[in-house]
Amino acid sequence: MSKQILLNIALAFCTLSLQAQQRPTPKAKAKIAANPALTASLTRGAVVYKNVCITCHMADGGGVPNINPPLTKTEYVLGDKARLTHIVLAGLAEPIEIDGNDYKQHMPAQAYLTDQQVADVLTYVRNNFGNKASAVQVAEVKAVRATLK
Amino acid sequence: MKTFSPRLLLAVPALAAGLALVASRPTAPTIAPDPDNAGLKLPAGFGALKVAETGGKARHLAVTPQGVIYVKLNKVKDGKGILVLHPQANGKATVTGGFGDYGGTGMYEKNGYLYASSDYAVYRYKLDAKGEVANPSKPELLVRGLKVGSQHESKSIVLDNADNLYVNVGAYANACQEQDRTRGSKGIPNCPILDSAGGIWQFKADKLNQRYPQGTRYATGLRNVVGLDWNQQDNQLFVMQHGRDQLQDNWPALYSNEQSAQLPAECLYALKPGVNAGWPYTYFDPQRKEIMQGPEYGGDGKTPAKGDYLAPLAAYPAHMAPNALLFYTGTMFPAKYRNGAFIAFHGSWNRAPESQAGYYVVFQPFKDGKPSGQWEVFADNFSGSPAKTASGRADHRPCGLAQGPDGSLYVSDDTKGTIYRIVYPAKKS
Ligand code: HEC
Repeated sequence: MSKQILLNIALAFCTLSLQAQQRPTPKAKAKIAANPALTASLTRGAVVYKNVCITCHMADGGGVPNINPPLTKTEYVLGDKARLTHIVLAGLAEPIEIDGNDYKQHMPAQAYLTDQQVADVLTYVRNNFGNKASAVQVAEVKAVRATLK
Repeated sequence: MKTFSPRLLLAVPALAAGLALVASRPTAPTIAPDPDNAGLKLPAGFGALKVAETGGKARHLAVTPQGVIYVKLNKVKDGKGILVLHPQANGKATVTGGFGDYGGTGMYEKNGYLYASSDYAVYRYKLDAKGEVANPSKPELLVRGLKVGSQHESKSIVLDNADNLYVNVGAYANACQEQDRTRGSKGIPNCPILDSAGGIWQFKADKLNQRYPQGTRYATGLRNVVGLDWNQQDNQLFVMQHGRDQLQDNWPALYSNEQSAQLPAECLYALKPGVNAGWPYTYFDPQRKEIMQGPEYGGDGKTPAKGDYLAPLAAYPAHMAPNALLFYTGTMFPAKYRNGAFIAFHGSWNRAPESQAGYYVVFQPFKDGKPSGQWEVFADNFSGSPAKTASGRADHRPCGLAQGPDGSLYVSDDTKGTIYRIVYPAKKS
């Protein structure tokens, strides 16, 4: 067998096994397909949340009235992912009102977090405290960080 | 009929008058507490009632000698920043109106004037013989142009006995870092915030349109004072400082979460003109009982501060947010409370992942104008339950204190806007 054929076979195997990983039986698809990566991200995100965000936004994500806003179903958390990522990387300094409470205090930038940590913590926030929204990917964080330099 | 002597007839009204006098004496209140004492836990013999539910963010409050209650709202509600409550016979009160199209915190009554503050200015209103504001739409603007940033905006106020007005201007930062509340960010040398904030300013209580140049920086190095009162015994201003936050968040190599939840103490200071209490360069460590060098200014959590800074007279647990201070001068409460201090602790947020604390009114005994002996929790369970205290999701948060003409203690709550009244003795005599 020529080298070329060997390579082709190897490549075919790779593709097959990749397809097998990405496409399980249609029934299990929704559950299993998204889960391992998401579960791992959520687990890591919980740690970042506890180390960084919990002080201000509190254990239940409910914030502190008139000081630190809640992360429960706000338009910032559930809305545009780039805007959300920007808040964590660059901070926020604009007065906002949520549920009749005014928030004027600034949120400090958390730019020292890695892209992975930001993706994880935002995925965690978007899937906790009553929130349900898509995961934030590392590539999406990278893209936002690039605009800040 | 014949046997009825005119003398006896005369004696009847006299007796009735005498009885009425006894009944209206401050030591014999006729006010019935709520069956559940308004949900509060109190020392034996005390009772409490909910005077009113205002539904506003009730910050500080004042009660006139006639019993009219004025409540300052943090945020204007239905066009009103100050609520007026009139007492009913049962000790409760009814919201009868309001005025002032500005939010804020400060509310103080003295010698026929009602003083109020927005986050930028201080106003006063003349009170008539019934304790009513004569001209609610035309306050006198006493002080304007006060510095306000995006944190510690409230301007608390109090007067002395010589027509001076004291105004807190809170520091618009946590610890004067180059980048506020940012991990590892250093403190700015000669913190520029202290020029116009981070201290107490003194103005005249009866002069209009004063700005910084007409005032004096009475005390500096105070991060944010919300509770303050004038002590009549030693004729001195006392203040409670909100200590700094986030030692662990910003300096994780120097402080553990546990240390960060316990540092620094919330401190009581007695102020003399010109003193410096040390913010942002220092903080007070209650375990070591020492003024420490802040990590933003070269401290490492172990090094005491150098320099001539004012020492606190008493220290309370960290982050509990003392929002009101009141020296009790009434006679309704037992003698031990006379001239002692009540402190309303609004409750913490900066203790996570440890559990939150506070949401109560504390009593600090005083002797000869100085704290003497251990403080104690006086009125507890504003939060509703120990679990709500621990999570920080308190139903009510005590924010303002005022003494009524009969010696009752009024407490305001800026979460639901409940106004409480604590009385002694609880039972009708
Ligand atoms: C030092 C306190 C602090 C820390 C730490 C902090 N925040 Fe914030 N956050 C704030 C404040 C204050 C605001 C409001 C800022 C404004 O209005 O300008 C805010 C706003 C937000 C918002 C937008 C408003 C909302 O409530 O939806 C989001 C989302 C958010 N923060 C997420 C996070 C996440 C995720 C972390 C951890 C990586 C974090 N924050 C860490 C204080 C903080």
